[in-house]
Amino acid sequence: MRPRLMGRFVVALVVMLGLGLGGYHVASGSPAKASRLASQQPKYGGVLTQGFQNDLATLDPAIAYDWDNWPVVKMVFDGLLDYNSGTKIVPRIAARMPKVTDGGRVYTFSLRHNVHFTNGRLVTAADAAYTINRVLSPATKSPGASFYLDIKGAPQVVAGKAKTASGIKVLNKFTVQFTLIKPDVTFLNEMAMNFAYIVPKEVVQKEGANFGHKPVGTGPFIMKQWVPGQKIVFVRNPHYFIKGDPYLSGVTLEIGLNPSVALLRLQRGQLDMLGDPIPGPDFLSIKNNPKYKNMLVREVEPETSYIAMNTRMKPFNNVLVRRAINMAIDKRRIVQLLNGRGVVANQVLPPLMPGYNPHYKGYPYNPAAAKKLLAKAGYPHGFSTQLYTLNVDPQPRIAESFQADLQQIGVKASVVPLSQATIVQKAGTPGKVPMIWSGGLAWLQDFPDPSDFYGPILGCGSAVQGGWNWPFFCDRTIDAQANKLLGMNNRTKRLAGYRSMYNKVMQQAPWVPVDNDVKYVLHGPQVHGPYWAFVHNVHTFFYEHIWKS
Amino acid sequence: MTTYIARRLLLAVLVVWGVSVLTFVLAYMVPADPARVYAGSNATAQTVAHIRQQLGLNRPLPIQYVDYVNRALHGNFGISYKLQTPVLTAIMSRFPYSAVLALAGIFVELLIGIPIGILAAVKRGSWLDHSAMGMAMLGVSAPQFWLGLILLYSFGYVWPIFPLGLAQGPTSIVLPAVTIGLGGGVWYARILRSSMLDTLSQDYVRTARAKGIRKVAVVARHALPNAISPVVTMVGLDMAYFLGGIVVVESVFGWPGIGQLAYQAIQNDDIPLIMGTVLFASVIIVLVNIVTDVLYAFLNPRIVYD
Repeated sequence: MRPRLMGRFVVALVVMLGLGLGGYHVASGSPAKASRLASQQPKYGGVLTQGFQNDLATLDPAIAYDWDNWPVVKMVFDGLLDYNSGTKIVPRIAARMPKVTDGGRVYTFSLRHNVHFTNGRLVTAADAAYTINRVLSPATKSPGASFYLDIKGAPQVVAGKAKTASGIKVLNKFTVQFTLIKPDVTFLNEMAMNFAYIVPKEVVQKEGANFGHKPVGTGPFIMKQWVPGQKIVFVRNPHYFIKGDPYLSGVTLEIGLNPSVALLRLQRGQLDMLGDPIPGPDFLSIKNNPKYKNMLVREVEPETSYIAMNTRMKPFNNVLVRRAINMAIDKRRIVQLLNGRGVVANQVLPPLMPGYNPHYKGYPYNPAAAKKLLAKAGYPHGFSTQLYTLNVDPQPRIAESFQADLQQIGVKASVVPLSQATIVQKAGTPGKVPMIWSGGLAWLQDFPDPSDFYGPILGCGSAVQGGWNWPFFCDRTIDAQANKLLGMNNRTKRLAGYRSMYNKVMQQAPWVPVDNDVKYVLHGPQVHGPYWAFVHNVHTFFYEHIWKS
Repeated sequence: MTTYIARRLLLAVLVVWGVSVLTFVLAYMVPADPARVYAGSNATAQTVAHIRQQLGLNRPLPIQYVDYVNRALHGNFGISYKLQTPVLTAIMSRFPYSAVLALAGIFVELLIGIPIGILAAVKRGSWLDHSAMGMAMLGVSAPQFWLGLILLYSFGYVWPIFPLGLAQGPTSIVLPAVTIGLGGGVWYARILRSSMLDTLSQDYVRTARAKGIRKVAVVARHALPNAISPVVTMVGLDMAYFLGGIVVVESVFGWPGIGQLAYQAIQNDDIPLIMGTVLFASVIIVLVNIVTDVLYAFLNPRIVYD
């Protein structure tokens, strides 16, 4: 082979090896991502320092339920299942994907025989059973209990009438079986959530409520020290069951850092990576500076920011009004207001969500047509209403942009900025809030399945006091379709079904989908890894795939 | 004196009780759902309802308050919803940092305030006096967060003499202490100047000068001890305020004190932690004020308490 061809062959081989080793998933290609995928030989060693403003709540996987905690919980724990570099579920502590029988009701997991907790004890099927029963137990006060209510006997455990769910069975030392009351293909996603990360019973019982600050798991790192409000120190697990992981010898999270100060520390080389978003005033200068080109990782977040219209309050109980509002909003201006930290959204699902329809056009921006539609709805002179919004910048400014758009079609919307707690409480109260901009409070996925963007925020069951279905939308036909799709095993048909279902939702227009936020992570030049290790769709930071030079 | 202290302590109990009632009522008047805070924003309404029941938040408010007071009297201030840690443990782990910062800040205040205040009084009407009072105006007007960021940027980033935030090593205290001290110190200078001018015009000071005692001795031994009382009051007030946490300075510098803890508790609607930090601060303020008042009697024998 000629030298020039040989050189190209070697580069191609190395790229292919790199892709194969990590199971890389290029969700949306770009030169920056391609350059990260191209071969850089990972190095072992080094401690990664990352800055956060707020302290973590807990490392107890049964309790942690926010996106700051989850990637860190994943450092210490593993579940039966996990995700690859994208949204594909893969076995982790399970030796292989579970056997699914009885029409999708029974899931039988076989565990690996070589997984140990960091206290040395072997992980068995009894631990997996204990973990889920613990999440269901009212004594744990786990916010994740509702994800496992479809397991037979689970409601009785939640109600305190049983200690264990009858549908969770330990068949032998390394085999555990879960029986559901009805088929639910999202059960695999739920078993990949942090709530299902395996915990050792004897340590939980010994530490009690303090387990979250003295966690013992099977993960790639061991928590060595937690100084409240200052730092959390992790060291490499030398006996981790996935050989070769992790690369780093440790991770130190520095807590209490104002984001502006964290940026200064990173620029001074005193910090390796920012845990919080780049401060607003500095964002454009960082983004446009070629010096940071290879240190900035970008990805669309699995969330949708939207204006919710209360379908049970006049005049938003009229679908023509809701469609008119959809056509009146200039979404490109919002992306400009966000300095490019967003992409225009035209549907319920975000782009990286399975089931997203790239061909769906949505409602066009057309104020003239919106005005005509409003007249057809019986409001030729418009109407007055209120638009609630979070009172943290830039949300009030964005709400004012909507206000100006609505003014053009005769809708006088007064902006009502409120604190997070107040707005969540009011929006979840029937008959209280006619319109609300969800910016800063937008729905971020629990797991990468299209059902997660229906049930909790658009389904009939969530149109209740205290729920997150802020339009109080309930269409029984769509609800029935959603329930049917939960049990559908054929993935292609299922995703096609969700595309059709969400089309129907958009025809009813309870929302104006405005944008999908874009996440930017800044790290130092000494930090390396595939781009998905910094902006993973589910885990955000995939620490075991990051390394330092 | 003993009767006075006993009376003040009794009043202190009433004050702290009043603060606890007011804080409790205000915390629950805010339309935030503590169960939602605990469960997380994505939790279903049913999960939130379960947790509300498990935390006892569906009981009538007076019963919740009585239960809270009963537990507090036994040293149990509840568990922080966000930190999942006993409130008292969280506060006491941060208190040493607030205490060190308070002492360092007051030290810088005195280091700046006393010399400048004396000089300004002694050299009244001179360029030194005018400059000192001009600086005082600037120091009092400069917001702490602005001053802190300027100092951090200048001496932590541009000329990296001091650490860039956090409590890492003994030199970490310098910039936060100077941020506090600059603003407070020039205020002390103003107060001391005013008090010194008043004292320097007293007959006994004129007599001392007439006797031929050196000027330095007149100022240091005759004027200053009588003029310092307002500064002692300010130190007492500042100590009480700082020990409860200096929110702005701690947040700018990432200093892990009670102020930062309280700020995050408010941001997170973490009611047990809000109650705990407010009560802690009120107890500190009340106790330090009692100590300051008692100290007066030792510093100035003319002051007698019944």
